[in-house]
Amino acid sequence: MIFLRWLLGFVILASLVVLIFRFMPVRPEEKLMLYLLLCFLLALYRIVRGPTAADRSVATDMLGILIIGFCAILAVYTKKDWYMDIAIAWALQSFIGTLALAKFLEGKHFDE
Amino acid sequence: MNEIISLFFIVVGITFNLFGCIGLVRLPDVYNRLQASTKCVTLGTCGILLGVFIRFGFTEAGIKALLCIVFLLLTSPVAAHALARGAHKSGIKLWKDSVCDKYKEESTR
Repeated sequence: MIFLRWLLGFVILASLVVLIFRFMPVRPEEKLMLYLLLCFLLALYRIVRGPTAADRSVATDMLGILIIGFCAILAVYTKKDWYMDIAIAWALQSFIGTLALAKFLEGKHFDE
Repeated sequence: MNEIISLFFIVVGITFNLFGCIGLVRLPDVYNRLQASTKCVTLGTCGILLGVFIRFGFTEAGIKALLCIVFLLLTSPVAAHALARGAHKSGIKLWKDSVCDKYKEESTR
């Protein structure tokens, strides 16, 4: 039963990767962005399914770091510089938010 | 030549990101998920930003990418450590096949 679930997950993931690589009618640099969107999809799965609050916090932290990479790739392929400003601002905001979530998990108030 | 090197770094970074996300979905425990995902994704995003820096050179956007690498390497381990500590203090059990829990031994001694 465990083996069957493992095989099902592997088949779904491999079919998505092959679908993006072979059959998607977009330019090659847009395929890179589609792979990053696949990463977003996996993190969103963990946010929806996570058994505890700590799982959701971990996935949210990771989603923030992925968005920084996505902004960097957008800055390369659209040739607009101000996406890097968004990346730096998002890094700051994500760090503060994750620290606040960690304090909230400990069960304390924010000023202790 | 510059574009090829930067494309290489970007592809390596995206591969690491994908492996980290698979680890986030696959592993059985909060602490294992934190271990796999945060380190892998930090390294992959730093690879992407390094590729962007090589592509732009020492212009405005390239310097911003370098600054973003430094900031990410400084803040991401701190955030991961705080999350692990918070999860342990809120009473989440380890996975049933885990072998040692040093933090609990330290705090109860």
